Amino acid sequence: MTTEYRKPLPYIHNETRAYWEGAKAHELLLRKCRTCGRHHFYPRDFCPLCFSFDVDWVKASGRGTVYSVTVCHRPAPGFEKDVPYNIVLIELEEGVRMMSTVVGCGNDEVRIGMAVEVVFDDVTADVTLPKFRPVG
Amino acid sequence: MGSLRKKAAIVGVGESDLGYTPDKTFLQLIAQATDRALNDAGLRKGDIDGFFSAGWLTMESIMVAEYLGIQPSYSDNTLPGGSAFEFHLEHAAAAIVAGLCETALICYAETPLADRKRGMGRSFATGAPQEPEEQFEIPYGQWVPIPTYALAAQRHMYQYGTTSEQLAEIAVAARAWANLNPLASMHGPLTIEDVLASPMMSKPLRLRDCCLVSDGGGAVIVTSAERAKDLRKRPVWVLGCGECHTHRSISGMPDLTVTPAKYSGERAFRMAGLGPSDIDVLELYDSFTITVLLQLEDLGFCPKGEGGRFVEGRRLAPGGQRPTNTGGGGLSFLHTGMFGIFLLIEGTRQLRGECGDRQVGGARTALCNGIGGSLASSGTVILGVDRS
Repeated sequence: MTTEYRKPLPYIHNETRAYWEGAKAHELLLRKCRTCGRHHFYPRDFCPLCFSFDVDWVKASGRGTVYSVTVCHRPAPGFEKDVPYNIVLIELEEGVRMMSTVVGCGNDEVRIGMAVEVVFDDVTADVTLPKFRPVG
Repeated sequence: MGSLRKKAAIVGVGESDLGYTPDKTFLQLIAQATDRALNDAGLRKGDIDGFFSAGWLTMESIMVAEYLGIQPSYSDNTLPGGSAFEFHLEHAAAAIVAGLCETALICYAETPLADRKRGMGRSFATGAPQEPEEQFEIPYGQWVPIPTYALAAQRHMYQYGTTSEQLAEIAVAARAWANLNPLASMHGPLTIEDVLASPMMSKPLRLRDCCLVSDGGGAVIVTSAERAKDLRKRPVWVLGCGECHTHRSISGMPDLTVTPAKYSGERAFRMAGLGPSDIDVLELYDSFTITVLLQLEDLGFCPKGEGGRFVEGRRLAPGGQRPTNTGGGGLSFLHTGMFGIFLLIEGTRQLRGECGDRQVGGARTALCNGIGGSLASSGTVILGVDRS
């Protein structure tokens, strides 16, 4: 039952609603600057690289690599039953980095440099978390 | 760029009761440390016109000033994490040079151990909902600080082949220094094997890779070059300072193997007109073993990627070529939450030759580097004394 989900959920607001609506529709959306052409993460109403406010939402390929990984043996609140669990930083093909979790393999199989692709975990009726799984 | 070289000096230092202080509030500890620092300097509270403090409570700085009975003409509560007091020292020196104050108090205390035992511990696990980390990191089980530093350690191991044994060297050296410091919380032998056998916290960081949780506080008195000349202790000159922060969330760190110490260190060395080979004593924020290793590289004490090999063979320990964290550091002396003030206190005492069994012979220069947040902020201070 999704109503039993006890872990922290994101506070979704105007600036990031499109990202979370995208996730709900199983699409990973990124902000891309129309002025300098670069992507950024987390999504803002402007480009933090060139400070243009002319930014678009674009669909990411969903592919990337593991930039770093740790396996937590001490849980964050709400994750007590999950230990040990992995936390990763994913470098997306678009050049931005985001935090996530790798699913579909053991914690010790998650390696830096490993190719991954996005999967979507509908944790509640309202919130879907982008996670990643190994490719190939 | 303006230089603060030798325009201000640390003239008084003191710490409060340390370790576990269930009978005292953080305010009592700040008063105690301030009194001791003033006595050390031979100054009185009425001499203080610049006030610098940092803490987690709402408007804590003005609360502390009220408690101490100080109404400053210059006040700064910059809070970039545990490096706050290195930032404060630079700001105090700048304010003194600008004539906005003459004698500054930098003070801080915290009681996380006593608070935790009472069930009143403060949690870093949750912030305000609007913080980006709450939205994009916390839902994945992220918490500050251990997993964030673990991510950096893993990346360094991947890029440069750094090992857990090499990280353990840093904890072993800190314990060896603590064994020479009667005030240290942790005494007794600690080997690389002991560190590797301690419980895994967040891979690759084990319990003994992580700093302690302690109560305590400290105070530092800074004054103008002119005022410093005829006080109780010989002046410990501020030779160079630098500061930088590059991100807040670990996802936003531009390169997980490069801390802002690279930039704060460059600025401090340039101001001081010195380089790494001119430094006798290192006081580097050791929230975790990896924190020290990254600072050694970023401050230029060894090339990037060489930190693991550099710390081997007890190089940082008593009798080693590069004395580092001579009081035992956050790993074995104590760690209250923001260790940066203790870096300044120990650096000052080493330069005055007051450190007894752990004294580094002939020390004339010390580099104190604070790191705050998720390897996010860095304040570098280079201190020195005149030849006597």
